[in-house]
Amino acid sequence: MPIKQQEIEVLLKEGFPDADIEIQDLAGDDNHFSAKIVSSQFKGKNRVQQHQMVYKALKGKMGGELHALALTTEEK
Amino acid sequence: MSDINKQLDEIIKNNKVVLFMKGTPDMPQCGFSMAVANVLKHLEVEFTGINVLDDEEIRNGIKEYSNWPTIPQLYVKEEFVGGCDIIREMFEKKELQKLFQEKEIKYKN
Repeated sequence: MPIKQQEIEVLLKEGFPDADIEIQDLAGDDNHFSAKIVSSQFKGKNRVQQHQMVYKALKGKMGGELHALALTTEEK
Repeated sequence: MSDINKQLDEIIKNNKVVLFMKGTPDMPQCGFSMAVANVLKHLEVEFTGINVLDDEEIRNGIKEYSNWPTIPQLYVKEEFVGGCDIIREMFEKKELQKLFQEKEIKYKN
């Protein structure tokens, strides 16, 4: 059961209210996206922790409905 | 500690560099797993490939073990380093090479 790009945006906005978020649909199949997130919440966190924060914001959809998310995170 | 966590502990403790992946290093069955295996081959790093497709318990257990929802997963000297995105980014920024140096893992630049 794929996931709509808009749904990803809503979840990420909720998780990172201050963030600049860029999402691209890589394959047009609602299953492969890339996302760049720049947020102050990443301050002092290493990359693994930053990505884990994003997966948490996606509420378990990562690896399930959302098969592939090429992720780039940056501190604001 | 559950059996699966004991089993995962064993694998991670007994292998300096271990990649939980879909398929094997020579026959990867997923683009992301292949990408990480290729980075390790390019750097001529000796590593152990664990094919999660062979064992559903490992496939799910490793995700909880590392609190990471996807495969592949790379561990170096018992430390979870990351999945495909992070390994690729670290490789491009030479951070992966630096990590191998710090952890005294043989690699070729």
